[in-house]
Amino acid sequence: MQAGKMTPFIKTGAIWAFVVLELIFFSVAGEFLSLSDKAFMDLDNMLLLLKQSAPIGIIAMGMTIIMINGNIDLSVGAIFALAAVILLDSMSWAIFAGLGDWVIPVSWALALLTGVVLGAVNGLIVWKTGVDAFIVTLGSMLGFRGLVFMYNGENPTSELNWTLVDFAEAQFLGLHTATWFLAAVTLVIWYVMTRTVHGRNAYAIGNNREAAVNAGIRVGPHMMINFMIIGFLAALSAVVFYSESGSVNPNDGQLYELWVITAVVLGGTKLTGGAGSIIGTLGGVLAIQLLRKGLGHIGADTETVNLVIGLILIAVLFLDRQLNLKGKEELKT
Amino acid sequence: MATLSKQDIGKILARQGILIAFAFFIIGFTLANGRFLSPDNVMGVVRSSAILGVMALGVTFVVISGNLDLSVGSMMSFSTIVVLDLHDKIGPALAIPAMFAMTLCLGAFIGFLVGYLKLNSLIVTLGMLSAIHGLTLTYSGGKNMDIADKDGTWFDVFGQGTALGIPVPILIFLALAALLGIILAKTPFGRKVYAVGGNGTAATFSGIKRARTVFFCYLMSAGCVATAGLIQASRSMGSQNTVGQGMELEVLAAVILGGASLLGGSGTIFKTVIGVLILGFIQNGLLLVGLQFYVQYVVTWVIIILAVWLDIAAKRGKLWSNFA
Repeated sequence: MQAGKMTPFIKTGAIWAFVVLELIFFSVAGEFLSLSDKAFMDLDNMLLLLKQSAPIGIIAMGMTIIMINGNIDLSVGAIFALAAVILLDSMSWAIFAGLGDWVIPVSWALALLTGVVLGAVNGLIVWKTGVDAFIVTLGSMLGFRGLVFMYNGENPTSELNWTLVDFAEAQFLGLHTATWFLAAVTLVIWYVMTRTVHGRNAYAIGNNREAAVNAGIRVGPHMMINFMIIGFLAALSAVVFYSESGSVNPNDGQLYELWVITAVVLGGTKLTGGAGSIIGTLGGVLAIQLLRKGLGHIGADTETVNLVIGLILIAVLFLDRQLNLKGKEELKT
Repeated sequence: MATLSKQDIGKILARQGILIAFAFFIIGFTLANGRFLSPDNVMGVVRSSAILGVMALGVTFVVISGNLDLSVGSMMSFSTIVVLDLHDKIGPALAIPAMFAMTLCLGAFIGFLVGYLKLNSLIVTLGMLSAIHGLTLTYSGGKNMDIADKDGTWFDVFGQGTALGIPVPILIFLALAALLGIILAKTPFGRKVYAVGGNGTAATFSGIKRARTVFFCYLMSAGCVATAGLIQASRSMGSQNTVGQGMELEVLAAVILGGASLLGGSGTIFKTVIGVLILGFIQNGLLLVGLQFYVQYVVTWVIIILAVWLDIAAKRGKLWSNFA
């Protein structure tokens, strides 16, 4: 009993310990190696770090639910791009010309709706056909990307609305708008996963799909809702990011799925489903962003970031397995 | 006696669905554009599919053994960059074996992690996708690699040469497909690959060394990737660091399209070749009828899902899933 209760705590704790370790390492190493005279733990730098974590972080929260469910979503990068295209393009549609700045909420709603619909398409296919989510979303990753290209060819879609840029760059209580969105999403999804029936069902389905079906959980609709949630969050991430940048290339968001999955796995969520936590995922997101910024801070080439993150991911997987083996042996005795 | 019940027809459709769909595509595109089936065009399609195809051959082994390989794209970039760089430093005759050795080392590392340490292949190769990309960038310093003296070398033979009137990439692809097809279908090793992927526990109990089999699957995959990198480097004689980016998923799409199950235990080299050709011909056919290249993404999406769905539906005996 004790071990069973302690293990999840140690696991979520581990990623945060890693985050603290990174902070200490880069602060100390920065003293000797950094070319800039600013400290790594400088407040502005940390605030910026939170802001930059937001696009990946918001999607990662959705991916956590999907992966706890025992599924995976490879199409988030393409959903991200398509939502961004809709967001920026719809602002200049003739029918909204009379709205003035009120076009902003309308465009946001359209972009978010796009995400929900694309997620629903994934979810419906997974539900009705029973094809593995990996294959379904592998396909729609290509398909949705094709839709992005079909929308505007190979041209970038641009629309700079200064009211929107001001909003996106605003700092409320010191935190950037994007950070607030990340915080809100984290809070809501954490609540859903720990305090609601939907969250409990998500774990149950991930643990044992057959048993969940037998227990009367409607597995299909449940998974579809989760795909709609991650679609919504991928679109929200695009909305937050592109409100500021104002221009999207058809190739934007590529490899996002890999970054997101890396963050979620670092945060301790099992690929096989049934285990994982939102707080752990937040730790994973911050750990990756810290690594990116930190390596830049101590003057390492940006190229090494990929190398380091890849190896850390494998190391975490290895350590996790060793810990699990130990835990099982302890239970036996 | 020879009457076919409705179920039998359904089964045949599902089993050979991919070939039937392929035939329809060919007929459709030929009607739309007479040039589609001309020898020149067919040769062109197979030639441009060769790089993807060679990679897909190796990944077929990995997938049949019940694992995934998402690292082949960045590994291909790595071998392309390495062989181009070494070409000017130590000459092509030494550069090629050196590049093969380095790529095989990467494959052996993955094989060790997935085979002997039994780590989840999806995450390991996801990590290696990122790590090898970083390795490539560190190796090249982020710069493009080019062969300085493009005319004074025989290195272009692998990508641009022809033998007996057939482009060399096609010959390499077909020869490798034949070789690996025989290994997979006719040798004890091939049977072990199926056994490990079909039921790992049963395979272990019958004395098959799971770890070693998986290890060699990744080694084969790396060998194929190195070959693909060689063709790519030789064809373009210069390359960016991201030349193979995204190919891992295209390769996987081709393998799945060929009917290999991601759960392992099923699939053949021949079917993978068909999968590769389907992707190649669809891409080419859509271009020939005047559509943009990105339309193929959407078409590929629909085809992959339909192909896998039919396959699954045939196995479980009904069209819709069991989910409430």
